[in-house]
Amino acid sequence: MIEADGLEKRYGEFIAVDNISFVVNEGEVFGFLGPNGAGKTTAMKMIQCVSPKNKGKLEVFGMDVSTDQRKIKRLLGVVPQESNLDPDFSVYQNLLVYSRYFDIPQKKAENIIDELLDFVMLKEKKDTLITLLSGGMRRRLLLARALVNNPRLLVLDEPTVGLDPQARHLIWEKIKKLQSLGNTIVLTTHYLEEAERLCDRLVIMDNGKILVEGKPSELIREYIGTEIVEADNNPAVLDCLNKTSSKFEVVGDTIQVYTDDPQAVMNALLKECDFGKVIVRRATLEDVFLKFTGRKLRD
Amino acid sequence: MSYFDVPKLTGSLWKVWFRNKDVFMKTIIVNFIPSFAQPLLYLFAFGFGVGNSINVMEGVSYIRFIAPALIAFGIMDASFFECTFGSYVRMYYQKTFDAIIATPLSIEEVIAGELLWGATKSVINSIIMLPIFAIFGIIDFPSSLLIIPFSFLAGLLFAAIGMCFTAIVPSIDSLNYPTFLFITPMFLFSGTFFSLSLMPDFIRYFALAVLPLTHVVIIIRSLTLSQPNPLMLFSFAWIFLATLLFFVLSINLMKKKLIV
Repeated sequence: MIEADGLEKRYGEFIAVDNISFVVNEGEVFGFLGPNGAGKTTAMKMIQCVSPKNKGKLEVFGMDVSTDQRKIKRLLGVVPQESNLDPDFSVYQNLLVYSRYFDIPQKKAENIIDELLDFVMLKEKKDTLITLLSGGMRRRLLLARALVNNPRLLVLDEPTVGLDPQARHLIWEKIKKLQSLGNTIVLTTHYLEEAERLCDRLVIMDNGKILVEGKPSELIREYIGTEIVEADNNPAVLDCLNKTSSKFEVVGDTIQVYTDDPQAVMNALLKECDFGKVIVRRATLEDVFLKFTGRKLRD
Repeated sequence: MSYFDVPKLTGSLWKVWFRNKDVFMKTIIVNFIPSFAQPLLYLFAFGFGVGNSINVMEGVSYIRFIAPALIAFGIMDASFFECTFGSYVRMYYQKTFDAIIATPLSIEEVIAGELLWGATKSVINSIIMLPIFAIFGIIDFPSSLLIIPFSFLAGLLFAAIGMCFTAIVPSIDSLNYPTFLFITPMFLFSGTFFSLSLMPDFIRYFALAVLPLTHVVIIIRSLTLSQPNPLMLFSFAWIFLATLLFFVLSINLMKKKLIV
């Protein structure tokens, strides 16, 4: 569906996307994760054919993004990071005007729009102006708009940013539903729980590079282990852990021990060390993410 | 990418025109008021105010002299502001262009559609203005009817010039500069309220060389007085070439700004 090889994007001296390669297969949900400024949105914009690449290969549906923009864009649905719904129009008109850009005849468009408004549960808001919609409704409308042309590939740039849990779960449900209908979906997100739930495969990016690629569950198992034991950070515990062969990391005033066998780690700590409080929790994608991108704050 | 690449356009650009038309139709009553009121205000202020102390200008009554200038100004005003403040808001605040280029349309087509819509605003303005002047009996018919098709070309020129400013200003506030430094001088020095022949040579030549409104006024005045000006063909050629130049330039400037 998408094939990138040695893809690069520069803004003057700054390299936004630095020699990345990835393949997105038909029918999967593929995630781009990374801190702010990692190059996720830039990568999305190149896939959408709105930002030209500087180097490397990028093909969508087997077509080159530099020469076949119009054909690619016809088969693409895009939910942008920032709402660009048309504030001059109502909900219904937004979709109708948008369908025109895809040469969809008005009669057919009207049927599609009715279905889509049902799908995103905005039927009652049909004649409401965009400015009067809540954040969640706008996102749902953006999703409906992206589906107007019955796309083969959906590009979602942070589809749930700034939404309350109810609205977020609804979007997740819709994404799952779309996948089950055979859509291929590429998304970026900051929410690792979201990525873990939705993505079949994902990449973690930082400073324009892909750091790691894989299935969420496999990444967790491979780089972290299934569980994490957290203990208070004190010299005795550190000393004790150094004697064992455990993988661990010091994070502020806690120590995180990565393991597949939390019971053994617990026993070892109980037996040999003078520890404060100990917590066992499931390892998450967030642990993988922080391991690869570090804990330094990004702007 | 150069500043004068010939843009690749398809009929899809009219979809952008239709989008703007649809918005216009939603607020059509509000849209008509300024088109109506502005020339009337000027007509009363200058025609009856100043006109009482000036009897004749270039051989015609003062009010007949300024009528074509007011029409020309209305044409300029409509498309220039549509493609400066109007386009800037759609581009920057509403992100309308971003939304459209995610569809099969290209940025060239979006800008071309905006320019054609700007020109259409000028045509609409001239259609609203002509009956007002006709009621006062200060423009001649049927020659004045030619103003309607001509206003599309003239409107396109000011739309394209405006779009160039939209592409280069750093913020919407900076659009006040072309208004003060370009529109206002043209309003005064393009043979609008007094004959160019009364001006010192350098202003006259300057107006003929670089102020587009001068040429628009020459043509419209020829039409409203049904007296062809000897410069009429030259003015038409000037407008035609300048329109072509700024049309292509504005599209390339916007492409450079938006496609990074």
